[in-house]
Amino acid sequence: MTWVNDIVQGVMLGGLYALFACGLSLLFGVMKVINLAHGDLAIVAAYGAVGIVALTHMPGAWSVLLAVPIFAVVGYLVQRTLIQASLNRGVLTTLLVTFGLSVVIENALQQFWSANARTLQIGALATDHFNIGSQISIGYLDLVILIAAVAVLLGLQYYLSYSKQGRLIRAVADDREAAQLCGADYRHIFGIAAAIAFGTVALAGTAYGMYTSFYPSSGSSGFLVLFAFEAVVIGGLGSLWGTLLGGIALGVVQSIGGQIGSTDQVIAGQLLFLVVLAAMPQGITGFRRAA
Amino acid sequence: MPSSSSGATLLELDGITKSFGRVVVADDLSLGVSAGDLVGIVGPNGAGKTSVFSIISGDLSPDSGQVRLGGEVVTGLDAAARCRRGIGRTYQVPRPFGAMTVFENVLVAAQQGARMHRRASYAWASAVLDLTGLATEANGLAGNLGLLQRKRLELARALATRPQLLLLDEVAGGLTDPEVAQLAEIVAIVSADGIAIIWIEHVVRALASSVRRLLCLAGGKFIADGPPAAVLADPAVREVFLGTGVRSQAGDAAAAAGLAVEGLRVDDAADNGTWPA
Repeated sequence: MTWVNDIVQGVMLGGLYALFACGLSLLFGVMKVINLAHGDLAIVAAYGAVGIVALTHMPGAWSVLLAVPIFAVVGYLVQRTLIQASLNRGVLTTLLVTFGLSVVIENALQQFWSANARTLQIGALATDHFNIGSQISIGYLDLVILIAAVAVLLGLQYYLSYSKQGRLIRAVADDREAAQLCGADYRHIFGIAAAIAFGTVALAGTAYGMYTSFYPSSGSSGFLVLFAFEAVVIGGLGSLWGTLLGGIALGVVQSIGGQIGSTDQVIAGQLLFLVVLAAMPQGITGFRRAA
Repeated sequence: MPSSSSGATLLELDGITKSFGRVVVADDLSLGVSAGDLVGIVGPNGAGKTSVFSIISGDLSPDSGQVRLGGEVVTGLDAAARCRRGIGRTYQVPRPFGAMTVFENVLVAAQQGARMHRRASYAWASAVLDLTGLATEANGLAGNLGLLQRKRLELARALATRPQLLLLDEVAGGLTDPEVAQLAEIVAIVSADGIAIIWIEHVVRALASSVRRLLCLAGGKFIADGPPAAVLADPAVREVFLGTGVRSQAGDAAAAAGLAVEGLRVDDAADNGTWPA
């Protein structure tokens, strides 16, 4: 029965990965921007949540409600200024600029918050769990994060597929010049897409802060961004529900790898990534989309 | 800013100059197009026809000069803003949103370009698809369409923005004669609706038989302007297409051989008698 528990834990871990990967997937899918500062932005959100709690004394978990909209606004502004300016100068520039942003963020965090590890205090929610049978143990926080990941990714997929604005985002992502000839202000649409992406980054960052301790360089020195990239690639670039599947697949494989040997957790995930990349470079949802 | 002297003048180009390095695509170009007019532009490859369209639609900014629509200076506006003011444009190589359905393609144009809300935009998109003969393809992916249908979609998307001025860039290029005739029919309907049209085409026959006024663009200048028959008979126009010193005999020989000379499909023109012998 322990392997059933491994899979369950893996699915929930995958939920966190998928939540992390969501903003990355969206920014790439819409603007073809690979955001190297993605992980750092998530950590900024986690620190922001700690700051919000310190200032307002609200319960830790509620800080999400402020962090997400604030980050969405920040996302719109960052897109309209920094990312748009670098987009106009080519794809490589966006890589350099987001890499630079990552360095600046990490140093700024260290300056303001010191290098000490912190956590977003949420009380008993962090450790409470319930059991199914004698072997399977499910943490409430893990479950909430998984539910949030599924809701956000499927919700966004639905929004992109069927809403007026979602349709517009897809049109701009496809051909921004042609979209302009249809009367669409693509910069504004990019801004909205970035706002959504940053909102999900804030959600992922605060979830991470509740889940474990973090420090200024967690965003890049941890494996977070790497796992997020892997989830996006395994799922298939540009597909949000693929990203959800990719995150969960990665989580499950890591969890099973961790049972084989405690040092095999990460390597198992990388192996899955390599196999997918070699065997189906379009990702596990790629064939369906190509059809 | 000077407003248009004649109330009926919709589009005015005033002293437009544009060059890419040493290549001059527009040399002090001026042009007035009246509301509801149907104007054709011919010219050899590289004459700057598409660049002129890009300057009108806002995809390209001129080095100097003004573009005015209905008396308003639009030179500083981007393509999206000009589209919402009533300039619709098709691309020579159709650029559908491939992963979206045909209906969605047109819907985006109706909602953004024409600023229509949900119900009105759905009805308008359906009407445009009916007009352009795409109704049966509405739910198919735009990326799966063949060339004729893509050209129709390109036209449909431009029409869905409810333009006052429609710029058609080679809508007939690459199509068979019956297909060109079908498109020309749609253009005629659109024109009858009061929408001003400027139409660029290599297939001179389709153009000359459809438009009321024809211009010839060469070396960044309009070298002829008038009724189609008169413009095609103009020695300066013939010289541009067939080359300096070439007499009509040589032109006929080229036509007989089915050769394309300087971007003009001579066979098309000659077959149909639109090219003066």
